Amino acid sequence: MNLEKVVFGFFILLAATLNFGFVYGDIGNPEHHHFWELFAAIVVNLIATVLKFGDRTHVGAVHLASSLVALLQLIAAALVWFFAAQSIAGQVSAYTMASIVSLSAGALLANIVSVIIMVVETTMQRR
Amino acid sequence: MSGVFFIALRRLRTPLVVMICIVMLATVGLTLIPGIDGEGRAVFMTPFQAFYFVSYTATTIGFGEIPFAFTDRQRLWVTVIIYLSVIGWAFLIGSLLALVQDKGFRRAIVAARFQRAVRALREPFYIVCGIGETGLMIVRSLDRRGGRFVILDQDEQRIEEMELEELVADPPALAADARSPETLIAAGLLKPECRGVLALCNDDQVNLAVALTVRLLRPGLRAICRSHSPDVTAAMETVGTYEVINPFREFGERLVLAMKAPDTYRLMSWLTGPPGADLSPRIPAPPGHWVVCGYGRFGAEVTAAIKAGGFDVAIVDPDMEGAEGLPGVRGLGTDNEVLRRADIATAAGIVAGTDVDTANLTIAIAARQIRPDLFVIARQNLISNRSLFEAFGADMTMVQSQIIADECLAVLRTPLLADFLRIARGQDDAWAGHIVERLRRHLGEQSPEFWGITVSREQAPGLVDFMTRFGAPVRLSDIRREIVDRTCDSGKVALLVRRGAELIVLPEDDFELQLGDSVLFAGSFEAERDLFYLMQNANVAEYVVTGHDVLGGAVWRWLRGPPAAAAN
Repeated sequence: MNLEKVVFGFFILLAATLNFGFVYGDIGNPEHHHFWELFAAIVVNLIATVLKFGDRTHVGAVHLASSLVALLQLIAAALVWFFAAQSIAGQVSAYTMASIVSLSAGALLANIVSVIIMVVETTMQRR
Repeated sequence: MSGVFFIALRRLRTPLVVMICIVMLATVGLTLIPGIDGEGRAVFMTPFQAFYFVSYTATTIGFGEIPFAFTDRQRLWVTVIIYLSVIGWAFLIGSLLALVQDKGFRRAIVAARFQRAVRALREPFYIVCGIGETGLMIVRSLDRRGGRFVILDQDEQRIEEMELEELVADPPALAADARSPETLIAAGLLKPECRGVLALCNDDQVNLAVALTVRLLRPGLRAICRSHSPDVTAAMETVGTYEVINPFREFGERLVLAMKAPDTYRLMSWLTGPPGADLSPRIPAPPGHWVVCGYGRFGAEVTAAIKAGGFDVAIVDPDMEGAEGLPGVRGLGTDNEVLRRADIATAAGIVAGTDVDTANLTIAIAARQIRPDLFVIARQNLISNRSLFEAFGADMTMVQSQIIADECLAVLRTPLLADFLRIARGQDDAWAGHIVERLRRHLGEQSPEFWGITVSREQAPGLVDFMTRFGAPVRLSDIRREIVDRTCDSGKVALLVRRGAELIVLPEDDFELQLGDSVLFAGSFEAERDLFYLMQNANVAEYVVTGHDVLGGAVWRWLRGPPAAAAN
């Protein structure tokens, strides 16, 4: 067993699961989507991206690209939340919540791609 | 460059993850700890405010406690943040510094810079492998003539010294092993702008490897290789190397030429020598009995050449290895007794050809003491000993690196010169004497420049434009005129014309030029410049050929119709 592989797989899976956890629920209902879950998703995605740095293979490049996409979408969602909290005294409307969740749902798609690549890579391993 | 970027990213992975963890942990902690606003109510920092505070605290910018002064509970956590972030930064910056000082990383940067420089080369260039004395001489000379090159050498120090060279164009240089094909490819072997490869390393095996790489990866590309042993020379010729230069054999051949055909020898030394040297008088290397001191690679080649010339040789060598069957004396040759036993009293000349300069000078001085009239040939191994050899004043001095550099440059200057040299070697002495006289009559007492032109749209757009509009043929005598005053002869002689596969030696004045002809000229530097203007500018070409001083561009020329015939 390779500890590096464990850490790598852990963070990639965690990024996807946290993302899914945040997206899960009624899209426009602020009570179904917790802020700290989004925060955790962003942090874990950041770490997963950094872990993918420096792999020069083709698979590695696609890995990094999918992580960057997820990160971009999540940060966009966080920014939307930030501006919404600025304007209406901390209250997030159903309309804003829907756009935040749909942005994170996009990130979820990228994270799923990441997981698929990882699974494919693992099954292709001969040892 | 992307390679360097990836190495940097991979090395910084751990410190970056540590940094992210610290910043995020601090942010979460700060949002969870309650503070007090101006009116004493408990307030929580928003995640954004906490992140902002952590960012400027971690980077030691420190804007203070906002939006409200902190409580002691908050300050306790901030103290933890400060120490944690200092550790994080120290780790990150330490890793960065270690990376920058890393030898492998630096090499990657140098290699990336080299490859970028090579990729950016858009002019014809040569790859020079080995930048010792010989390589430097060639590079300096090529650079003066506006040539571009890429330099490879195994010795890092030599590459560093290249930076101190005052060259017109900074050549891309890399310390790498030229034996590996990757290195040569990185140096631009496969680029269409690459015009040739010069393998000038001291190690024959490296040169052979380069020749082989060129033959297999870019067949047809000109490879000029240096070789010191007959085996490697033969191997290179098998591989189909364009030009193999064995300095010892070359010198041996020149020596025999100097004995049997002094005028041919003189012509060859002009053709291959640097321009501007005085036309040396005939060197009367006397035929007869010769003494060769030192039977190494050089001695063997010289001995073979002299014997092939039909003369007789005595060898002086401490162990006579490989000289079985040849008359000889054991010894260094630095004392009179040994020289006397080698029949120096009746000898025509002596060759001091060991690979130690002090020994060669001692032999030469000893020989002169016995016979002041003896013809002395001294081999100079190191360029730095030039002043000693000049002070001694041997009749001929063999400088290995000079011979290689001269040969190389002669081939590189124009391929026509190589053709002409081959023809000259095959002719007799009277023929060479005739050419020498002709050059002297036209060009004076200094050895001329040699250059080649091709009558093509790319190289001579003006001349070709004029030739296509002008009804009558343009003759060699026409383009030999001066461009300022066409009644004067600009002092250049056409030595060789190549038309297709046909070679015309010493074309007559009324030779008619055709599109696609290549001509080898000898003449002054000014004459070369004149000819360049004539080739570029149709108006100059018209004046020089017809005597009509015309001005104007393409439209005006078209309106005026075809040019009139010559005025005289």
